[in-house]
Amino acid sequence: MSLLEVENVTLKFGGVTAVNNVSFSVEEGEVFALVGPNGAGKSTLFNLVSRFYDPVAGDIRFAGESILNKAPHEIARLGIARTFQNIELFEQATVLQNLLVGRHRHRRGNLFSETLFTPFVRREERRHREAVEKVIDFLDLQPYREKYIAGLPYGVRKVVEMGRALAIEPRLLLLDEPASGLSVEETQDVAYWVEDIKTQMGVTVLMVEHDMHLVSAVSDRVMALADGKMLAIGTAQEVQNHPKVIEAYIGVADENERVVA
Amino acid sequence: MDVLQLFVSGLANGCVYGLIALGFVLIYKATEAVNFAQGDFMMLGAFITLGLTNDQFWGLPFWLSVPIAIAAMGLFGYLTEMIILRRMFGQSQVSIVILTIAMGFVLRFAAGLIWGNEPIALESPIAGKDVRFGGLVLGLDEIVVIAVTVISTILLYFFFNVTKLGVAMQAASQNQLAAYYMGIPVKRVHSLIWAVAGMVAAVAGILFASKGSIDPSIGLLGIKAFAAAVIGGFGSLPGALLGGIIVGLIEPFASYYIAAGYSQIMPYLLLFLILVFRPHGILAQIHRKKV
Repeated sequence: MSLLEVENVTLKFGGVTAVNNVSFSVEEGEVFALVGPNGAGKSTLFNLVSRFYDPVAGDIRFAGESILNKAPHEIARLGIARTFQNIELFEQATVLQNLLVGRHRHRRGNLFSETLFTPFVRREERRHREAVEKVIDFLDLQPYREKYIAGLPYGVRKVVEMGRALAIEPRLLLLDEPASGLSVEETQDVAYWVEDIKTQMGVTVLMVEHDMHLVSAVSDRVMALADGKMLAIGTAQEVQNHPKVIEAYIGVADENERVVA
Repeated sequence: MDVLQLFVSGLANGCVYGLIALGFVLIYKATEAVNFAQGDFMMLGAFITLGLTNDQFWGLPFWLSVPIAIAAMGLFGYLTEMIILRRMFGQSQVSIVILTIAMGFVLRFAAGLIWGNEPIALESPIAGKDVRFGGLVLGLDEIVVIAVTVISTILLYFFFNVTKLGVAMQAASQNQLAAYYMGIPVKRVHSLIWAVAGMVAAVAGILFASKGSIDPSIGLLGIKAFAAAVIGGFGSLPGALLGGIIVGLIEPFASYYIAAGYSQIMPYLLLFLILVFRPHGILAQIHRKKV
């Protein structure tokens, strides 16, 4: 059984079919990338998996169970974490606080014991703080631990968001364009981290990404989309050389589209 | 000694304004809606307590009525959000403002129907007693009001900074989308915020009723509390309390030193000055949201 199974999923916005009968599955422990030209439906597919949209047809299963009847907040409890293309952090809070909110699904205890700060609650707090510190060490966020998000540069925020998703301790991590807007060095860091997230933490990764260097470097399998339809699926190499993919990138009217290297 | 007595009574009034203002800010921060019925929530909390306590109605012991009234107002706030406000999702701010103003009217008339429109005094064990400190005579009610406000503030502080639910509320108020994906049920959190605001309003109402007789129009005090919230910095919880205390202190001193007609204007004059010179309030916390 695959960790994530997307089966014949379709989504329409008005008359536009954003995702058209797409199926794929992500195996436990792999890095799976969605690529394609702008407007191909990658992000829409991504938002379907994180239950932001409801598909008009098809099914999405996580660990064998359909998640279509789950609300977005129940996704985290199942063990799915996500980042956002346009960074959605708690701006008036510190990096540490942001990561601690990621621990929400693991927090136990009731209002009464929490207000009294009983030994049990204190032990729990320590446990969460340790988990968060591990993430901070992993992503080299130590210098920013007590800094407010509102004042941080873009590249750091991007990393904080990844850290917050990791603090959830997910089984499946959804990364929405983790390298967009980052410098070459920062993108390199993201590549190392994604590799370590897979190998050291054993977290399965599904990502949407434009940077084909990053995709080739970290992905086990890649799926290319165009106009809401699946074009090809396979290793990064196979997908890049697939005639349909080349056509989708080069053969489109918009000459500004990036050419697959 | 006059000055000190004015100070204490102003402080006590200010605490009540501050607690109502706190309700405004709680709801605004979490849901970006302004509940103009917050003053009427306070009135309702006061009347529920009065209805439970006074001999002409249910005649329960005061100390039993208080927790029942607070719990009832919590439930009232929760249901108001769940049944009414949630349906307004995606509507403009103006619709929500008008809705809550209308809710205030409904509550005022409903209270008039149930408990009458004549002023009634709550049979509270703390009303009308004096405490002497040397030559200083202070009302027991005033001291209790100040003490209860301090305790409520500390409890709320711990609630928001220590508990899972409180932290979830803060998270949901800063970024709903992100909060959802941290596993926080944002809709339920909104209902619970209204519940907290309802409970705080009940506390304010009980304190207010302990200081003198009440009638259904005391909800209009909400306007003064709204001014207090803006003065303190809408969106800041400490700011709401501070704004309330400032407004509460201005009133007795203004009426003591300035002619009666003008003294009533003072809180609003201050509001005007704050809006002109420091539009985000004294303790501005919000950078992107505007009032």
